[in-house]
Amino acid sequence: MGDTSRIIIEPVTRVEGHGKVSILLDENGQVTRARLHIVEFRGFERFIQGRPYWEVPVTVQRLCGICPVSHHLAAAKAMDVIVGADKLTPTAEKMRRLMHYGQIYQSHALHFFHLVSPDLLFGFDADPAVRNIIGVIKKYPELAVQGVMMRKYGQEIIKVTAGKKIHGTGAIPGGINKNLSISERDFLLKDIDQQIEWSRGALKIAKDYTVEHLDELSDFGSFDSNHLSLIRADGAMDLYDGGLRAIDAEGNTIFDHVDYQGYTDYIAEEVKDWSYMKFPFMKQLGTEQGWYRVGPLSRVNTADFIDTPEAEEARIEFMALTGGKPNNITMAYHWARMIEVLHSAEKIRDLLNDTDLQGEDLVVKGERRFEGVGLIEAPRGTLFHHYRVNEDDQVTMANLIVSTTSNNVPMNLAVEKVAKKYLSGTEITEGLLNRVEVAIRAYDPCLSCATHALGKMPLTVSVVDHNGQVINRRST
Amino acid sequence: MSRQGKRVLIIGYGNPGRLDDGLGPEFAARMEKLNLEGVTVDSNYQLAVEDAAAIAEHDFVIFADADTTGAEPFHFEAVVPRSHMSFSSHSISADALMAMAEDLLSSRAEAYMLGIRGYEFNQFGERISPKALENLDRALAFMKLALEDCDFGKYVTRNTAENR
Repeated sequence: MGDTSRIIIEPVTRVEGHGKVSILLDENGQVTRARLHIVEFRGFERFIQGRPYWEVPVTVQRLCGICPVSHHLAAAKAMDVIVGADKLTPTAEKMRRLMHYGQIYQSHALHFFHLVSPDLLFGFDADPAVRNIIGVIKKYPELAVQGVMMRKYGQEIIKVTAGKKIHGTGAIPGGINKNLSISERDFLLKDIDQQIEWSRGALKIAKDYTVEHLDELSDFGSFDSNHLSLIRADGAMDLYDGGLRAIDAEGNTIFDHVDYQGYTDYIAEEVKDWSYMKFPFMKQLGTEQGWYRVGPLSRVNTADFIDTPEAEEARIEFMALTGGKPNNITMAYHWARMIEVLHSAEKIRDLLNDTDLQGEDLVVKGERRFEGVGLIEAPRGTLFHHYRVNEDDQVTMANLIVSTTSNNVPMNLAVEKVAKKYLSGTEITEGLLNRVEVAIRAYDPCLSCATHALGKMPLTVSVVDHNGQVINRRST
Repeated sequence: MSRQGKRVLIIGYGNPGRLDDGLGPEFAARMEKLNLEGVTVDSNYQLAVEDAAAIAEHDFVIFADADTTGAEPFHFEAVVPRSHMSFSSHSISADALMAMAEDLLSSRAEAYMLGIRGYEFNQFGERISPKALENLDRALAFMKLALEDCDFGKYVTRNTAENR
């Protein structure tokens, strides 16, 4: 590499955990590369080793306080394999699905109303003092209230299906530990119509914004990519289970309906010396071409259809924008995310009206196994949990691929595209900062699951020369 | 002043899988066992926007969190509602949460932060260090006393232990 300077932005605001962005310049001040450094908290796999397998669905929630339900369910699915539960009872599977749709619903709603809506409602160039949730509260208080109430509703679903927020125990190896009582069902049913109505409104905001700003967004941090997700056997979007489907940027199939117990035949992880995060890729395409995106955009792109009527109508409209080909516009993540919010609300309504949730048959067991893989479509994308267990029931190996890891390369590319377009010289303008954040935020990354305890660092922007010396620093 | 008729919400937060970061949830668990009339106890990994709805239904809110650098064994201070952006996203700070409850849901709750000093944070592990446990015991004794009259303002100090 020639003479380069490096601009570092850390941590990125309104994204989970601590991350920093380095923008590498050549001797002429031109952007050569951008890197999103993620301080991933390693060591969890070691932490889990030696524990009895039945504890794992509870223990893994300690990995991430942002999406504990996703880890809870992915681990439980892996442990289903360990205990030989090849097919759960209808009550168990539907209770887990209800829990999962509650998680997707509340996570997406929070992300959209409280993190993304300021960008959409005020514009990327709005004064940062206004372009935040406080600005939304002042100018659009009804939207801010909706965000709180949608989040609260999703959390109430989690509470009645998973138990305590800090110590969810609903899903257990082979099933679930409780059904849904009539009173719990009625409590949730009374608000579902309002929730669906709010979901429609959120979808409209995201769709209208994308369509109205299509020229600007088409080029904003966007690039062609492969897409990966779970898919139901009939090609429907399925956020809880299915086979793995991967498509390229044109929609051509790379692999389809892959049994994820054998995911290691298809997916591998590369280590790079400048990041603590791994870089997953599809083996048959190699490290350079095999990276892929996951999450709402990929799920809508890979699905043949959605099995709830209003979300399906929205999906058709979404796909029409790109003539039925995959949509590779990074900012379209928000539109796709709101399609999933509506889909989740419809699914929640359907499940609440399903009497299987009041069934008494909660757990099945079968032939004991020593290795199991559990996958789920978490709010941010495909989540992999892989365990080996010995004859003494202790976990001997754990490997997790979280969705933010799969989106590692795409986020780097998004930042690079933005930097190349908006950086001039070495000056870190407010406009550049805003746009870097907006591009990363589209992926809703959970950068780390670090402790949040009182006393954390502010946003700091540093300029570092090619010798590693900080030559400029700016903090909020 | 007595607690009679007052509605108190205690929220202990933190990650029990990160050593002393579990001080907040452990404080909440121990408070819940006391089963005090008029006191609602909740715990979570972090504060979240939907907590504003619960806050709006109470007269007082006590946030209990691990503190990485504060006074030993704990500090107790008023939380002033303040609108600002947090670096974290799906979580929210106590003062921003109070501002949200006030602005959006017309909450008039008084809020206080109980910051319990911890020492070990940067590893996985479901245990609290011995010294932090001592601080937790003292924080519990303090809170039981403060809840007797709910006159929380008179206990406020950045360094409660030194001033008592």
